[in-house]
Amino acid sequence: MAKILLKKQLSKDVFMMNLHAPLIAEERSAGQFIILQVDEDYGERIPLTIADANTTDGSITIIFQVVGKSTLQLSKMNEGDDVPALVGPLGRPTHVENFGTVVCVGGGIGVAPMHPIAQALKAAGNKVIIIIGARNKDLIILEEEMKAIADELIICTDDGSYGRKALVTQPLKEICERDPKPNMVIAIGPPIMMKFCSETTRPYDVFTQVSLNTIMVDGTGMCGGCRVNVGKEVKFVCVDGPEFDGHKVDFDNMMTRLNSYKSIERESHNCYLQSEIEAKEMK
Amino acid sequence: MHHDTPEQLQEKARQLVAEYVSKVDDLKPKERTKIPSQDMPAQDPEVRVHNLDEVALGYTFEQAQVEAIRCLQCVKKTCVEDCPVRIDIPGFVNHIAHGNLDQAAGVIKEASLLPAICGRVCPQETQCQQNCAVGKALKDVEKSVAIGRLERFVADWERKTGKISVPEVKSATGKKVAVVGSGPAGLVVAADCRREGHHVTIFEAFHKLGGVLRYGIPEFRLPNDIIDKEIQTLSAMGVEFKTNFVVGKTRKLKDLMEKDGYDAVFIGVGAGLPIFMGIEGENLVGVFSANEYLTRANLMRAFDKGHADTPIYQSRKVAVLGGGNVAMDSARMAKRLGAENVYVVYRRTEVEMPARKEEVEHAKEEGIEFLFLQNAKRILGSEDGRVNAMECVRFELGEPDASGRRRPIQVPNSEFMLDVDTVIVAIGNGSNPLLTQSTPGINLNKWGNITVDENQKTSMDRVFAGGDIVLGAATVILAMGEGRRAAAAINKMLAEEIERERKQ
Ligand SMILES: Cc1cc2nc3c(=O)[nH]c(=O)nc-3n(C[C@H](O)[C@H](O)[C@H](O)COP(=O)(O)OP(=O)(O)OC[C@H]3O[C@@H](n4cnc5c(N)ncnc54)[C@H](O)[C@@H]3O)c2cc1C
Ligand code: FES
Repeated sequence: MAKILLKKQLSKDVFMMNLHAPLIAEERSAGQFIILQVDEDYGERIPLTIADANTTDGSITIIFQVVGKSTLQLSKMNEGDDVPALVGPLGRPTHVENFGTVVCVGGGIGVAPMHPIAQALKAAGNKVIIIIGARNKDLIILEEEMKAIADELIICTDDGSYGRKALVTQPLKEICERDPKPNMVIAIGPPIMMKFCSETTRPYDVFTQVSLNTIMVDGTGMCGGCRVNVGKEVKFVCVDGPEFDGHKVDFDNMMTRLNSYKSIERESHNCYLQSEIEAKEMK
Repeated sequence: MHHDTPEQLQEKARQLVAEYVSKVDDLKPKERTKIPSQDMPAQDPEVRVHNLDEVALGYTFEQAQVEAIRCLQCVKKTCVEDCPVRIDIPGFVNHIAHGNLDQAAGVIKEASLLPAICGRVCPQETQCQQNCAVGKALKDVEKSVAIGRLERFVADWERKTGKISVPEVKSATGKKVAVVGSGPAGLVVAADCRREGHHVTIFEAFHKLGGVLRYGIPEFRLPNDIIDKEIQTLSAMGVEFKTNFVVGKTRKLKDLMEKDGYDAVFIGVGAGLPIFMGIEGENLVGVFSANEYLTRANLMRAFDKGHADTPIYQSRKVAVLGGGNVAMDSARMAKRLGAENVYVVYRRTEVEMPARKEEVEHAKEEGIEFLFLQNAKRILGSEDGRVNAMECVRFELGEPDASGRRRPIQVPNSEFMLDVDTVIVAIGNGSNPLLTQSTPGINLNKWGNITVDENQKTSMDRVFAGGDIVLGAATVILAMGEGRRAAAAINKMLAEEIERERKQ
């Protein structure tokens, strides 16, 4: 059980929570994730990246977007409530050292997991260039926090409502053309964004690390539901990852696998929304 | 296949009891072997493929008594020799024959801590029942005394009549034992160490306890109530549980000892690493490890579509690869989840199948189709990346291999297509490296299993291990046996330490 110490709404569908989990706060490193459940009997196991941790009050920070029934239920929980099940930290920590210049590309909710990584890279002495991308202004999160870390911060929106009207791949390409080119790129965001970031950097031969968010069940390497093709190998994201060489990841297969249950989930989500609406109408 | 209904079985048993019970001590072996063996009453196959309730319903008292009277009470007890934990089988069977169930339960409990579970899932036909004199006399191992069913009967009777007592716990020693993993090995260590008065904490990665008993073996074979009851007993004894705790991740094993003050650790983390075929198409949507498929259905309760949030794949035609219990469970679960056709694809023949015989029989009754001497070659998918066929190849049996089983040899140019939309890979489990990788100083063999001495002690001071992580994917009873041995060694080590401390 983990008590919700703090809850904040960051944008329309995006929430931040601090959860009381002292052991996880102590053990975790940038890049790792937790799995939580809003119901121990029937709830799904939801993997979420640890966005931050505080060993003084023993808390970890998670940032999540409401995308289905379980995240909707989580978003309805309040400070003081207990999240019934929380396990972690899972996955391998990000490898951090002084690489030189690192470009951090965060798309949408992907900015949340990027934050601790950018922080750690900065602390290791890297020059950190941060690109934040979102559909529109309202969906931009952690701008202030990122500004505090970045040597250079670029914001893009799809509709031009804030920053540059561009996809993140455009500034990324421009940076790759600079002399000297960056030493490394880290991209975290929707699979399609990570795929195109990898395609963008490939011709420039800049190592590009991506953080994958596959379907998971146990998160301990027991089920293989999270498997992806990386080069010629099959890897389990929960224990071998979540970070991999973006130039080797088979994104198309990964995206297909992410959609394994699409029709079923939509049903469950709709069903739940429907019953919520009905409940409101009853009142 | 015709089967008597439970009522018919009971009626026949009643008549046999009336005939034999008065002369239970005076029957000659010939008379005993003439008594018909008692079939297990079971749910009707047509009904049970739509529910998750237990298939085998368990003997009635009369059936148990008749079955027990069949036992010859041999002088050379091959059944005891063949039981991994050496239960005094003729002893408890004789108590049943005389109607003394209390005493029967007492005899079983001396050797086995989880009889309701073992009675249901042990491969009796290759253990205690294999060399039974009754089976030998009748030249049919299936006609051996049904020791497993009798064990289950006694354990169920004890549970249902509220006769399970909480074992006595000695006064607190101040010593702490950490048990990692709540499968059968861990549960047994917890019970045995707690009885000696040590503080025991079980650490479990999942949100529910029981290991494979919970997440792997379906409820139609082992209902959750039975696992819950065992856990309640441990809890009443004062065992502490920490679920959602991955040792090696949430806390390093050495920190349990160095920071949290545990005096001994038992590692019972199971096998838990799915093995895939390594064939083309294995990452298509619709291909699952048995672990994933069963975990979704059992632990995450996806069978209960109305309540569960965890989805499970909607299948019409399913191929299950493998021939063990895991394959049987996956196939029968797929059927219950609504699949029309379920094929078990196995590269050898029925004789070599490692699954429990009863499960194979039950699977057949439920309409599972067995494709023997065949194996998957590659899996094919549609445009949208979903499975739509599997290419298979035929085999024939050649010379026996190292395991004594005849080696299957591929028949050239025998490829053919099987129309399926789902493939479940159930060809085995390797050892999950999560804990061992984060625990330097623990020795492993080349397969990644922890190596131990005859007391289950690992290469690390104060650290013991047992069950599937030592044996490779094995059985419940072997895991339990190793747990008992480890607990005895831990108790001995701690007792000596207490004695030393007292003298100082
Ligand atoms: C589907 C299926 C059907 C089976 N059917 C039969 C049968 O009919 N008869 C039979 O005898 N055997 C059967 N078996 C085999 C049997 O279940 C196992 O041999 C037995 O459960 C092994 O027990 P164990 O205690 O070693 O480990 P497990 O039962 O595997 O339990 C290990 C536990 O440790 C937990 N764990 C793992 N890593 C960590 C960690 N780092 N920190 C904390 N916890 C951790 C796991 O989550 C798990 O709960 C079957 C197995 C499967 C998968
Ligand atoms: S989530 Fe099960 S193996 Fe990764």
